[in-house]
Amino acid sequence: MGLEIAFWVLAVVAIAAALAVVTLRNVFRAALSLILCFLAVAGIFVTLSADFLAAVQILIYVGAIAVLIILAIMLTREVERGSLSNKLVVPVLISAILFFGVATFAMLNTSWPVVSLPPAEPTTALLASKLFGEDGFILTVEIAAILLLATIIGAITIVREK
Amino acid sequence: MAILSASPNSFSQLAVLSSDWPGGFWLHWVFFTVIILAFVLNTALIFIWLERRALGRLQVRLGPNRVGPFGLLQPIADVLKLLTKEDMIPAKGDKLVFWLAPLVAFVPVLMIFAVIPFQSGALLADLNIGILYVVAISSVAAVGVFMAGWASNNKYSLIGAMRDVAMLISYEIPIVLSIVGVVLITGSLSLTEIVGAQQNIPFILLQPLGFLIFFLGSLAESNRTPFDLVEADSELVAGYHIEYSGMKFATLFLAEYAEVIAMSALMTTLFLGGWQGPLLPPIIWFLTKVFAVFLLIVWIRSTIPRLRIDQVMAFAWKFLLPLALINLLITSLQIVFWPEASPWLIVFLNLVAMAVLVLSWSRFFRLGGERIEV
Repeated sequence: MGLEIAFWVLAVVAIAAALAVVTLRNVFRAALSLILCFLAVAGIFVTLSADFLAAVQILIYVGAIAVLIILAIMLTREVERGSLSNKLVVPVLISAILFFGVATFAMLNTSWPVVSLPPAEPTTALLASKLFGEDGFILTVEIAAILLLATIIGAITIVREK
Repeated sequence: MAILSASPNSFSQLAVLSSDWPGGFWLHWVFFTVIILAFVLNTALIFIWLERRALGRLQVRLGPNRVGPFGLLQPIADVLKLLTKEDMIPAKGDKLVFWLAPLVAFVPVLMIFAVIPFQSGALLADLNIGILYVVAISSVAAVGVFMAGWASNNKYSLIGAMRDVAMLISYEIPIVLSIVGVVLITGSLSLTEIVGAQQNIPFILLQPLGFLIFFLGSLAESNRTPFDLVEADSELVAGYHIEYSGMKFATLFLAEYAEVIAMSALMTTLFLGGWQGPLLPPIIWFLTKVFAVFLLIVWIRSTIPRLRIDQVMAFAWKFLLPLALINLLITSLQIVFWPEASPWLIVFLNLVAMAVLVLSWSRFFRLGGERIEV
């Protein structure tokens, strides 16, 4: 019962914040709504007993990505009125509705496997053995690390003075 | 000093209760929320008084000594003054964001205390991911500072907020890497287990370089003096809270002191053995260590002048980050290849490694073509 109330409150907050991100003219407020949306998603992770995922969601999305977005917004003009010369409302609306339809169709027609076991208590050890242990996803982790390293080197090359 | 006299009683009451604790989830929650609020508010008042008195002594002057015995009532007089001040909002600012910013800055810092053990089992929530939770939550506070700086519609406050976020992103990395060293030795992210693992040797001896990096990093994150260019009076007048007055300013000020308390409590928990200690009751040991760390911070404030922004950035990326990585490498090598070594030998080796690394790295550390030596 408590979990359901928590889920519905968080879901409403997340969707309202996500709508605010696209509808608000003020770009700074839109970025703040994005942070609220990320926090609500982290809350949903908590209700699903995924404590590690919730902490990482806040750490990476709120603490790093959202803060970088805000820093980037500070370097743009027309923060309070948004992009005035933008004429892409109709194409974006069409592609958004198409994406929404496809995603809803996929979600409704997938048979989601539900495990009857109770959630594991210390999630970190299980996650680590899945990621780094034998038959795990170590290759994926390494590839992601190399991708990030390449991105960092690319960024440094772009901003380096001649 | 209300908290010092009140706390042992309330905590001994808890020790009586702890046999069937948690008796009720909500009772536990309400009890510890009240304790944490009282702890943070009272300690902030005591810290403000202590800092002003200690600074006065260190600068060979008296400090506030007029209100009450030894000036003890000075912080209360300050709070009353702030509460009765006019509450002003800049006309061209973003009013909603301006109003929300102090809350967004204060609440995450308050939430850090939920996982800090004041005594064995005396904490709001013993999370499995304790220290990761602390790192995640404390990064949200930067958003509050940024909101305050932007909503004020003032270039000084915006520059202050930008500096704060830049510093926060930079110093987060060495801090987290130094915490990883502690987590590697303990084998757990839970703060209760980290304190339990320090029963014989506090981690400040096993991880001396880690403590140094964490200490300097948290000085920068909580904007204490060598790194306080967020509010550098000579350049920015006051920093991100320049337009704030009255209760909102008090909340921002409180958030800053709460962050210092949180960092002191974290250093106590991670490196100084937490509430453990001989003879005295655990809560007294905890408070003693927190106050000792805070006095060290005040001492540094009165000794070292403020750095420039480029010096601060270079220090994070060129000095703290490489040393944190080397510290992590040394620690993991010791754990993988030498797990049954005597801890005192490791202590000796790590102290020598810290001295060699800090001294030699400071020879490489260049800034604007000049070499900086210890």
